[in-house]
Amino acid sequence: MADDFNGPVESVLPRKGSGEHWGSRIGVILAVAGSAVGLGNFLRFPGLAATNGGGVFMIPYFISMLILGIPICWVEWTMGRYGGARGYNSAPGIFSVLWRRSYGKYFGVLAMLIPVVIYMYYVYIEAWCLSYAIDYARGTMSSIAQGVDSSGEVGRYQAHFNRFVGFGSNGFPKARAMVILGLVFLINFSLIFRGLTKGIETFCKFAMPLLIGFALIILVRVLTLGTPDPAKPEACINNALGFMWNPKPLDGDESIWAALMNPGLWLSASGQIFFSLSVGFGIVLNYASYLREDDDVVLSGLTASATNQFCEVCLGGLITVPVAFLFLGAAQLNKDVLGSTMALGFHALPAVFNRMPAGNVFGAIWFTMLFMAAITSSLSMLQPAIAFLEEGFNLGRRASVTWLGSIVAMGSLIVIYFSKDLLALDTMDFWVGTVCIYVLATIQVITVGWVFGIKNARREVQRGAELRIPGIFWFIIKYVSPLYLLTIFAFWCYNSMPEYFRTITEDLQTEDRNSVLFVLVFLVGIMAFFAVLVYLAGRRWNERETWEHSTEGVSP
Amino acid sequence: MTTPGWILMILSVGFVLGLVTFCFYRVLRTPKTTQHMHAPLEINTHDADT
Repeated sequence: MADDFNGPVESVLPRKGSGEHWGSRIGVILAVAGSAVGLGNFLRFPGLAATNGGGVFMIPYFISMLILGIPICWVEWTMGRYGGARGYNSAPGIFSVLWRRSYGKYFGVLAMLIPVVIYMYYVYIEAWCLSYAIDYARGTMSSIAQGVDSSGEVGRYQAHFNRFVGFGSNGFPKARAMVILGLVFLINFSLIFRGLTKGIETFCKFAMPLLIGFALIILVRVLTLGTPDPAKPEACINNALGFMWNPKPLDGDESIWAALMNPGLWLSASGQIFFSLSVGFGIVLNYASYLREDDDVVLSGLTASATNQFCEVCLGGLITVPVAFLFLGAAQLNKDVLGSTMALGFHALPAVFNRMPAGNVFGAIWFTMLFMAAITSSLSMLQPAIAFLEEGFNLGRRASVTWLGSIVAMGSLIVIYFSKDLLALDTMDFWVGTVCIYVLATIQVITVGWVFGIKNARREVQRGAELRIPGIFWFIIKYVSPLYLLTIFAFWCYNSMPEYFRTITEDLQTEDRNSVLFVLVFLVGIMAFFAVLVYLAGRRWNERETWEHSTEGVSP
Repeated sequence: MTTPGWILMILSVGFVLGLVTFCFYRVLRTPKTTQHMHAPLEINTHDADT
């Protein structure tokens, strides 16, 4: 009964877990779904689908969801709950109980690094959404494209965006962006500071239904637009949906059957599922650790994933590209626009709202909805590292939030300063937001399938489960998911790495190359810092284990 | 919008709508929530320790 003893020795040893738990089941589902639902659902997915075969894209998309997304999601929920039941809420602690080796805890470094670094740039994108929402609410966005003909509107909004984020040069001249970012930091930290249940869960229970409601308002408006400009009868809602959903061959393919055989299509679809469900981010590991040992993970995990897919397919898939087609036409929706989240979201869509009747109202609703989708994600990104500081070093929430706040504020300032061509943001997104995520997801699947063992995992998953996982999924988790992950990662490296290094070494000017190197050094530094913290926390955990064993059976 | 386009759109949206409806129906139908309170029985008083 050593856990219940609060003597002077225990006060200097790391405590086991925070003792926090989710307040309600719907709360944890909405918090996990809120973490997954983000700008990618409403901006990345529609553009990717429209440029990758339209409706054909959905075939590899759903297959990837079944053999990659859902199994890894269950794996993460199970790992998290297992670690939480043994007193660990942080990824290093969870990995240490699963691996039972001294090096196991170091895999948790990635699970803290990924959300913390993504937070550094994601919070800046969140600030753009809030800024645009404010401008639409004030009615000032339409003045940006005044006096410009229809073909020049997108360019005018692009120039506005570039000025706002400082796309042209490095430095801190973006006063407005800085103020909005400060406001977003304040909102995030005031919620995070309130804790898991009172802050994150309460906010997600209110924000998720609200953002879905906002998206439904926009969806109804889009589907009832009919033919907005009678002079252009081809720009009707029927053709707009067709532009998004009609199956079409990919560039270079002769038919849709050839498109289905194209590895590039499968790579894009599985990558989208992977990033959309936020698997491999380390967040679900932490969130699931706050479940009770007998709480269901199968139905809850599936429900959170299904909510994310609803936002992506039913809302994002029916709104973004169709509305852009209605007002901009197919000619302006080229691959450069559809293939870039920023171009579609912050250059093209403002031009759409400029032409839409009551565009300021719908623009304000749309960007508020994006802001809410972003904040429910960013809220989840700091919790894994906060949990680690709390349980590894006995820090209180106030101290953990302050320490971590200082680190992420430093990272965000780097993102803002190196704003030329958004190089810092792109560098962090490439190495941490893509490479590290693939690596962590692979480690997680191998941990459960091969280290923890399918037999143990099966027993663990079924505890409290309200759905039975079909037997085939265990085969998928052990063999198919790791192989599929390694294959798409290898393909991705083959496709992207040579181009990335060629751009860095040949295309960039010296100043820009130095910016990239500076960001890379910063990332390595943060990673090393977390590794040292994990080492120190591991020593404290060992001391605690030793002390617990020595006091077993001793009544205080 | 072509017929295959309609079919793929309806199947995709229908599949996701069906899945999310099924999941929330099951979640809300079985209110086994984790509205846990630390009741006195959960607090170890060490009375049973020997």
